Amino acid sequence: MSEKIKCAIIGSGNIGTDLMMKLLRSEHLEVTALIGIDPESKGLKRAEAYGLTAISNGIEGLKENPELADVVYEATSAKAHMHNAPVLKSLGMKAVDLTPAAIGPFLVPAVNLREEEIPHMDNVNMVTCGGQATIPMVHAVSKVLDVDYAEIVASISSQSAGPGTRQNIDEFTETTAAAIKEVGGARDSKAIITLNPADPPILMRNTIHVQTAGDAESKSEEIMQSLDQMLTTVQGYVPGYRYKASPVIKGNVVTISVEVEGNGDFLPEYAGNLDIITSAAVRTGEVIAKSLASKGVAK
Amino acid sequence: MSQKIIINDVTLRDGMHAIRHQYSREQIAELTRLIDSSGSDIIEATHGDGLGGSSIQYGFSKEDEETIIKTAVENADHAKIAVLLLPGIGVIEDLERAHGFGAQVARVATHCTEADVSEQHIGKAAALGMDTVGFLMMSHRTTPENLLEEAKKMEAYGAQTIYVVDSAGALTMDDTRARIALFKEHLSDSTTIGFHGHNNLSLGVANSIAAIETGAQRIDASLAGMGAGAGNTATEQLAAVMNRMGIEHNLDLYKTMDAAENVMKPMMERPVQIDRLSLTLGYTGVYSSFLLFAERAGKEYGVDARDILTRIAEMGAVGGQEDWIIGVAQDLAQEKKVHS
Repeated sequence: MSEKIKCAIIGSGNIGTDLMMKLLRSEHLEVTALIGIDPESKGLKRAEAYGLTAISNGIEGLKENPELADVVYEATSAKAHMHNAPVLKSLGMKAVDLTPAAIGPFLVPAVNLREEEIPHMDNVNMVTCGGQATIPMVHAVSKVLDVDYAEIVASISSQSAGPGTRQNIDEFTETTAAAIKEVGGARDSKAIITLNPADPPILMRNTIHVQTAGDAESKSEEIMQSLDQMLTTVQGYVPGYRYKASPVIKGNVVTISVEVEGNGDFLPEYAGNLDIITSAAVRTGEVIAKSLASKGVAK
Repeated sequence: MSQKIIINDVTLRDGMHAIRHQYSREQIAELTRLIDSSGSDIIEATHGDGLGGSSIQYGFSKEDEETIIKTAVENADHAKIAVLLLPGIGVIEDLERAHGFGAQVARVATHCTEADVSEQHIGKAAALGMDTVGFLMMSHRTTPENLLEEAKKMEAYGAQTIYVVDSAGALTMDDTRARIALFKEHLSDSTTIGFHGHNNLSLGVANSIAAIETGAQRIDASLAGMGAGAGNTATEQLAAVMNRMGIEHNLDLYKTMDAAENVMKPMMERPVQIDRLSLTLGYTGVYSSFLLFAERAGKEYGVDARDILTRIAEMGAVGGQEDWIIGVAQDLAQEKKVHS
């Protein structure tokens, strides 16, 4: 086992905290610091309790302590990351961006996380929770037939949607739709999100409608096989990812329904939307860590 | 009543659900002229699920958004044209385009407990100088007190009118009064209060009147009730009752009757009426546009559509979650097989 690569998290909200819990278990990454802007925030207090350095003056604090990280997770807002990204780059730190800023290329581990490409990327973007949950399935269909149009509907529990998501809901739909094309391989796309306040909270649920260029029904078997394979691949880093209903293939439309049960690391199991993006980010960071370790450039 | 009641016609928006979003340009033009000339003050024309709603999930519109809005704008002499926007489905860019097409009223809709997703959209609509409305859907799903808190958020974002929206046609008259009364008491005096009803429990007109009596000044209605589920408050019926009660408005009773009878009803694909399915919507409190989806899924999977709606209600589905219906139909079909 080679030495772990150091990483830090910017953002002390739901996503940052869930990331921290997962990174504490990583074999490739050592999470050293949580960076926020409010010294009184619960997230920073929790980080301290876990033995991390809690930085409360934002990116400035990281500039003052550059030895803390080679890899930095951004779990704030698109606006904050726009500001932070050049700073991280000048510090020589690799950014894994969980905001919709999309400065770096979109990355969905089950589809386009390639070890040979990672060393050339300074900044990668994890799309959105809805993108992580649905793009693999769009891509699975596109392996069999060209995809003219893909449309996804993500339902998440209100309890798991933080203020950042709520105030910038257009960013969610626009970023997800862009990545469905770019990573999923659809010619055209649309993304819809609904927040559901049911109590007990609902598990994150996604419906994926894929319109194929040719008749899908006659290729049912191949499509089902491709979907099943993709399901297994995603389960490799998100164990709670599963079909909610049997895929329906009619004419040139394939409809897939998946739900995501979270690991319960920070928010309870219903918040699979947190898990799927933080799990994808951890997986991505680990591949970056391996590439850094192999080059021996780490701090 | 000191002020005239403002009628916001929804024949060309909520009515879209009942016709699977398939109004043609000619139908939109004809209906707009009739609604406009019979005195409605505002005419909402959009896909049933608002801007950006045309999709596999909700059904594609026959005409594109530009055609729908522009046709309404061009055919209305007096009425202002409204568009609906559900954040999460439509985006701010859609609103800007609609404004460019001539829409003057923006109705920004959220589930009754999720008003904070509408801040940017309401802010934008107000900044564009549009008549900006906050539209709290499925108002029966939360208490009057909570609904007021959500209404205050929309008011703070810049909405000038806030609606109690009975998307499931599930409110009783006391439920309606309780919500409107709290709005009247605690929202700013300059904020207009609106009510959007559905007739699933046969209370469309009654709830609208209860709302007016408690302080609502803007009421949604449609010709012959054309709308999701058992339809909305029927314009001609509301006009007749308001006349009898001495409530002032701009509607011409005979013209609304004629438009409903001669044009609207013959256009309906499925009678917009209270039947066992639409009644179930109101009884269990399910979003009215789920009607046709549940009916189709029931046939396809050989299960009673009422069972689908009841299960959907138990799961707490909100507006926009039509995709849950197939999964429920599959589950019910499976349970049926196991038990037989």
